[in-house]
Amino acid sequence: MNNIQKNRWKDQAFKYWGIFCTIIGLVLLAVFIGDILIDGILRIDWAFITDLPSRKAENSGIYTALMGSIWILLLTTIIAFPIGVAAGIYLEEYAKNNKLAGLLEINISNLAGVPSIIYGLLGLEVFVRIMNLGASVLAGSLTLSLLILPIVIVATREAIKAVPKSIKDASFALGASKWQTIWHQILPASSGGILTGVILALSRAVGETAPLIVVGALAYVPFAPSNPMDEFSVMPIQIFNWISRPQSGFIENAAAAIIILLGITFIMNGIAVYFRNKWQKKWK
Amino acid sequence: MEIIMDNPIKENMVLDSVIDPSLKKIPKIEAKNIKVWYDDFNAIKGIDMSIKPNTVTAFIGPSGCGKSTFLRLFNRMNDYVDGFRMEGKIKINGNNIYKKNINVEELRKEVGMVFQKPNPFPKSIFDNVAYGLRIQGITDKKFIEERVVSSLQQVGLWEEVKDGLKKSGIALSGGQQQRLCIARTLAVEPSIILMDEPTSALDPISTAKIEELIFQLKEKYTIIIVTHNMQQASRISDYTAFFYLGDLIEYNKTKNIFTNPEKQKTENYITGRFG
Repeated sequence: MNNIQKNRWKDQAFKYWGIFCTIIGLVLLAVFIGDILIDGILRIDWAFITDLPSRKAENSGIYTALMGSIWILLLTTIIAFPIGVAAGIYLEEYAKNNKLAGLLEINISNLAGVPSIIYGLLGLEVFVRIMNLGASVLAGSLTLSLLILPIVIVATREAIKAVPKSIKDASFALGASKWQTIWHQILPASSGGILTGVILALSRAVGETAPLIVVGALAYVPFAPSNPMDEFSVMPIQIFNWISRPQSGFIENAAAAIIILLGITFIMNGIAVYFRNKWQKKWK
Repeated sequence: MEIIMDNPIKENMVLDSVIDPSLKKIPKIEAKNIKVWYDDFNAIKGIDMSIKPNTVTAFIGPSGCGKSTFLRLFNRMNDYVDGFRMEGKIKINGNNIYKKNINVEELRKEVGMVFQKPNPFPKSIFDNVAYGLRIQGITDKKFIEERVVSSLQQVGLWEEVKDGLKKSGIALSGGQQQRLCIARTLAVEPSIILMDEPTSALDPISTAKIEELIFQLKEKYTIIIVTHNMQQASRISDYTAFFYLGDLIEYNKTKNIFTNPEKQKTENYITGRFG
């Protein structure tokens, strides 16, 4: 076998290996989703979404957990979005070459790799105890904000980096200041990328369980939170709680709740993909 | 350094392109002993140059000779390049533009720039031209509208786009985009326009339109154009400066450079023997 044939063979082999790996992932996901759908799809109705939790499986609903998740999502967005985007802008546009920026950069990449339960412990100490927020929606949101901040910052930087330098040059050459250039050119041009990153980060946050358990989210709350200082539960904790019950009715509930949680993350990812495509088109 | 001509213009005071005779004596731009480094690389090795108002000056030379770097000194666009360092003095309208407390944004309103690749903002045609005014805080709609129209008229784009001012600037053809970029620069009413190979990405017809435009613009503006196209330099410029390896080899009336260059290197370059 000569070299060309060998390379061709390697090329083919790698291609099939790649296809095989992709299929494994997809098949596993399909089996999982199929299994969950079989277990839970029939359990989903309007009452399931609007009912409060109950001791009886057939009367239980996800209302409080769903509302808790929505509260957490909203507050986390409000907290993490401005801080993360501002930090990304600072690192990319202002502090490019100083030592502080280098230090921050290493720290941010490290933070992105810290296990989420560590954030939970941090949140427990700082927000719940020192700041005395208790096991509230606010404490949970602050904790999740810390968790997704590195992702938001990195996404913001990548989106800003993708803005063509020629646009910045044009703005500066017309007498725009740095901030004017950021506000009028860079941010509009990178907003799609930033939104994509933020939504993906949030869709991770909505599935997080461990840090919220540590912060003190409850498995059973009788009412949906009505202000940021209320106690709360979230969907993943509700699911975890139902799965650990022996009655088969709760297993069915858990499957149904998983379907809804999956639906939420799929929709969020879909929106992210939509923004990404729209944003890419603008530049081509 | 001995090859640098201090101020060749003095010998040729008759400039048909100068409108106001009193302006003739005052150089629009005066650069003294300019040296530029990018980290350790010495990009410009000590250049003196003086440019008269209402003239077109062409910068020619092989790639990497420092002509674009030199051009970008005049509106301080090199400030954003990592490792950029500069020595020397550049005076525009008599003011040292590298003074400590200089307002760079003000300088750039006076010294506009057109880039190699047309770079309209991903905004409407109207907003592209209005941008420079709006960032100055001008909100008078009528004033902005008049300025947009007159700028587009000056570059000959008005008739082509007047029915679609809300369309994206990116949707225009390459040549139209470049004229839009020039209109955008004119709207701020600079007195100097720097052009960094403005036609190198354009087709011959669009190029001809831009050249025609440059010829008209020099009545009101002082234009410096970097170009790789010898014919273009000889067609549109009053003065030509030949750069090589960070030095200014020859700077003279375009006619002299192209018909009777003083330096052998200049002759070799313009006749296409190297570069």
